[in-house]
Amino acid sequence: MSKFITKPITASEFTSEFMRLKRGSVTRRHFLGITGLGLAAAVMGRSGAFSLEAHAQDLGTQMSLATWPNYHDPATFEAFTVKTGVAVEVNVFGSNEEMLAKLQAGGTGWDLFVPTNYTISTYAKLGLIDPLDLSKLPNYDPKTETPRFTNEGIIDGKTYAVPKNWGTTGIAINTGKLKTPVTSWKEFFELAQTEAGGRVMVHDYQLTTIGNALVSLGYKFNSIDPAELTKAEELLIKVKPHLFAINSDYQPGMRATDAWMTMCWTNDGAQLNRDMPEIAFVLGKDGGEIWSDFYAIPTSAANKPAGYALLDYLMTPENAVREHIANGAPTTDSRVLALLPAEVTGNKIVYPDEAALTPLEFGAAVTLTDPARAEVMARFKSA
Amino acid sequence: MTAAFVAPAALWLAVFLVLPFIAMLVFAFGRRAPEGGYLPAFTFEQFLNLPARATAFGNTLLLAPVGALLCLLVAYPVAYYLALRADPRHRLVLISLIVVPFWTSLLVRTYAWMYILGSRGLPSLLEAVGLPDIRMLNTPGAVLVGILYGYLPLMIMPIYVSLEKLDRRLLEASADLGARPVATFFGVTLPLSMPGVMTGTALVTILLLGEYLIPQLLGGGKVFFIGNALVDLFLQSRNWPFGSAIAVTLVLVVVVVLTVAMRIAWRFAGTRRVDLV
Repeated sequence: MSKFITKPITASEFTSEFMRLKRGSVTRRHFLGITGLGLAAAVMGRSGAFSLEAHAQDLGTQMSLATWPNYHDPATFEAFTVKTGVAVEVNVFGSNEEMLAKLQAGGTGWDLFVPTNYTISTYAKLGLIDPLDLSKLPNYDPKTETPRFTNEGIIDGKTYAVPKNWGTTGIAINTGKLKTPVTSWKEFFELAQTEAGGRVMVHDYQLTTIGNALVSLGYKFNSIDPAELTKAEELLIKVKPHLFAINSDYQPGMRATDAWMTMCWTNDGAQLNRDMPEIAFVLGKDGGEIWSDFYAIPTSAANKPAGYALLDYLMTPENAVREHIANGAPTTDSRVLALLPAEVTGNKIVYPDEAALTPLEFGAAVTLTDPARAEVMARFKSA
Repeated sequence: MTAAFVAPAALWLAVFLVLPFIAMLVFAFGRRAPEGGYLPAFTFEQFLNLPARATAFGNTLLLAPVGALLCLLVAYPVAYYLALRADPRHRLVLISLIVVPFWTSLLVRTYAWMYILGSRGLPSLLEAVGLPDIRMLNTPGAVLVGILYGYLPLMIMPIYVSLEKLDRRLLEASADLGARPVATFFGVTLPLSMPGVMTGTALVTILLLGEYLIPQLLGGGKVFFIGNALVDLFLQSRNWPFGSAIAVTLVLVVVVVLTVAMRIAWRFAGTRRVDLV
């Protein structure tokens, strides 16, 4: 610990020093000195959390992450590997239910995964996730997070999951094709049967399709009231002959202009609008869904230290900001928000006005697992 | 000695067919856990719920034979040409052309059809030559096109094989005895190719009973088949017991349909040498 550094090292300098160390061009002592890790290790003392030797012992060389498609910047994981020596294997999933089924079946080997808000209580109830040890996440700061989102990861005062990003489920509409403006789910379903007949897509997902139909009728997004569900079912079955498709993969249809209007998640809305400015993204003024994706560590994780290490790395604002620029979804952390470029935070699709969010509801766990809603969806699809 | 030959196949069947089927049976008599999955029980509840998927059963039992018949109508002339009319020197190339698409996943090929039938594909070409804008994607017609495309080779090959074995002298004899080509075809060629026809039909029908990808991608998910119902029950609502009950019922339906079809085939062919699968 002979050398004290005077200025912080940049990521690229760090990487090149690390490569020099690996090639054997420099000694470990030089590396620790020049990068400040020696100092850090000296300061951190016994915990040893920042010394390379400790990483090699505690974190292993391999970990596994389960997440969504196009949700990360691959460079993030490369940088994490350079920093810790742990390679990250990324598994991509299409639905929360698939993730749940896999974890329930066991043997996933995931050390970190990305569940959506309404599944967290189910995971906790089934004993598939444990409360997080926040002392292992020094870079996560609950005070800079938005309570609306962090609350979804807290059960009985214990934090089971920390937010990754949030989003909404709105309406993407091709304004070049459809002249009538749409501002609500009521208008969405009306237009689907008239001007937009044969050109509208709804999700192949009961939570949003039934939820938005309920909202259009003035009911709650999460309703499981039999009478209200019957009304929603009647509406959906009436609309069905006019639909282009029941499919959650709506980007190809919208891009080919086969479909002119669809239920749409924030990131898809931002991507469609970026590539085809005539496609607008609107939130229902009568309501709809707000959601957030979380990071959680499975009880069955094989390499929990690495899971915590990657999670803490991802919670570090400088790393998180790159992730957010890559995947396009809005952040829950004010530290990250401050670092994001103005053209990102100024995008009304990604960061809508607070007033537009007021009528939106979080999906509830009971909504997702309710068998009656599954049957409504089956009758809608087979009608 | 026989045991040594049979053991690997028997083990394979036991592990990958018999055991899963038993698991499915056990699940079918269970209950859905409140958060989804399976709770042990012994109840007929799931089977009593079957009418909730009656439409899906109906659609499937209609689509499978209709799809198979469509494949048969298109496949027979192709197989006939390949076996009896094509220049033997080109036959290998022609057969390869039929088999080559199998080297690519059906998913990828079905996605390709999504773009062909989408409004920037065929419809825009038709519009360019002055025809009206027709919507092709996400129609029942698109599903039939997808099925015909995906399953045709499975129908062509068995028919080709049975026509290829056909003794040409029988055709000459029929002609010598004064039968016209049409009469020869219906009196000699067609009956002798029945084993291939029945094998192909059974193969395509059985596979179509479980089809879910093509209706989802080319039908826009608006037509609901048993395959789609099963995917939803296992991967969305996670109602494993009900899904298992449907799967068990589907297996029973297949067995009944096959038995009936086989008896008809035996009567039609006047021999028990007609095998369906």
